[in-house]
Amino acid sequence: MNEIALWFQRFGERFYLNFIKDDRWQYLTRGLGTTLLVTFFALILGIALGFLLAMCRVTHDKTGRLKFLNAVAKLYLTVIRGTPVMVQLLIIYFVIFGSIAINKTFVAILAFGLNSAAYVAEIFRSGIMSIDPGQMEAGRSLGLGYSQVMWKIIMPQAVKNVLPALGNEFIVLLKETSISGYIALHDLTKGGDNIRSQTYDAFMPLIAVALIYLFIVLFLQAGVRRLERRLARSDRN
Amino acid sequence: MIETKSLCKSFGELQVLSGISETIEKGDKVVIIGPSGSGKSTFLRCLNLLEAPTSGEIWFEGEEITNPKCSIDLLRRRMGMVFQHFNLFPHLTILDNIMLAPVTLKLQNREEAAENALRLLSRIGLRDKADVYPAMLSGGQKQRIAIVRALAMNPEVMLFDEPTSALDPEMVGEVLQLMKELAEEGMTMVCVTHEMGFAKEVANRVLFMDGGQILEQAPPARFFAAPQNQRAKDFLSKVL
Repeated sequence: MNEIALWFQRFGERFYLNFIKDDRWQYLTRGLGTTLLVTFFALILGIALGFLLAMCRVTHDKTGRLKFLNAVAKLYLTVIRGTPVMVQLLIIYFVIFGSIAINKTFVAILAFGLNSAAYVAEIFRSGIMSIDPGQMEAGRSLGLGYSQVMWKIIMPQAVKNVLPALGNEFIVLLKETSISGYIALHDLTKGGDNIRSQTYDAFMPLIAVALIYLFIVLFLQAGVRRLERRLARSDRN
Repeated sequence: MIETKSLCKSFGELQVLSGISETIEKGDKVVIIGPSGSGKSTFLRCLNLLEAPTSGEIWFEGEEITNPKCSIDLLRRRMGMVFQHFNLFPHLTILDNIMLAPVTLKLQNREEAAENALRLLSRIGLRDKADVYPAMLSGGQKQRIAIVRALAMNPEVMLFDEPTSALDPEMVGEVLQLMKELAEEGMTMVCVTHEMGFAKEVANRVLFMDGGQILEQAPPARFFAAPQNQRAKDFLSKVL
């Protein structure tokens, strides 16, 4: 009985030391804010650029146009997917923006956005290519133009099909931002690490960081599932 | 109305159409038959340029549509097409399937398009299906809706690419019935099919194709009673 009480007491003390004392919890909340900010804008950049890359690739494969853009897109995908995201982050920070003072959050958004775009592009592309060519033919034979068919007929079906893969990519992106500490950006992981370096307690801050990531991922998954259900209306038999 | 001049189409090394010159007049009901691989579907798909001809010309109402300057999209509005596998848009309700093209192309506003679509659905007895998705319909219903979806654009000619080949036997009748009604209304039709009964009853001309060429053409009564071409004879002896 006594031992349990003692354990709780010690746990309380460690909790106080790591999170309450000197307002150390703010390392985590501020870090979380940065992590969410970077993830959110990287996501938007990734979807926008990924969509454009996918369109270049698909339009070339389906119509033979956009030869040059297709080659550029292919090169981009090869380089981005062939090198680690951490190396890309370091190159953007220390090489490309090495000689100018630049906002680190911006660098992180750029690096993760550019990286995610390559993966999102391939997800979109596989989704578009998975749609029966008959859909394009039916749309075109009604007199709709290529881009009208893409927007109104192909994309809605393709996005629905790739939603699980896209949701997965977002979750990967969120977790990948944890390497932002390498350019000394104070994200969630770095926040936990800062606490550890002050309190010499690794368990409490790192477990707290892990739990926070886990909760966000669960939240994202629930969101994706809801969206999937809404888009599955037309499948019901 | 549609005229092809030495129309050729090759897929790589394989020549599928070898010089087809044919004229389809307004009000014609042309049925194209022939063994599989004879090029009949490719010929039909060339007529609205779903397949780009390798050489030759296609003229539609006095306009050379194989000319690169010709607007394919404007041309296709005037030619309806019905596919073997229906190709309804699965993410849209039946009503939206029918309304999509007229509304997107700004030919009708939503109210007019909806009214027109419901009128077409009533005609085929499927008005109650307006708000369901294609996945909930039978094959015969899907194909009839695909036909009225094409009709919603008020086409001048309808192209049918084996419209009943993917249907369960008991659903073939309802689709052929609708096509027959269209024919009676005077719609110009070009139909690739294996339904010899339909050809006999509805067509005013039967084209027999094999090896990328039209080997024989005749009114159905004469064609089915006394085919002249040897390969046509062989074909008919197998299918009839």
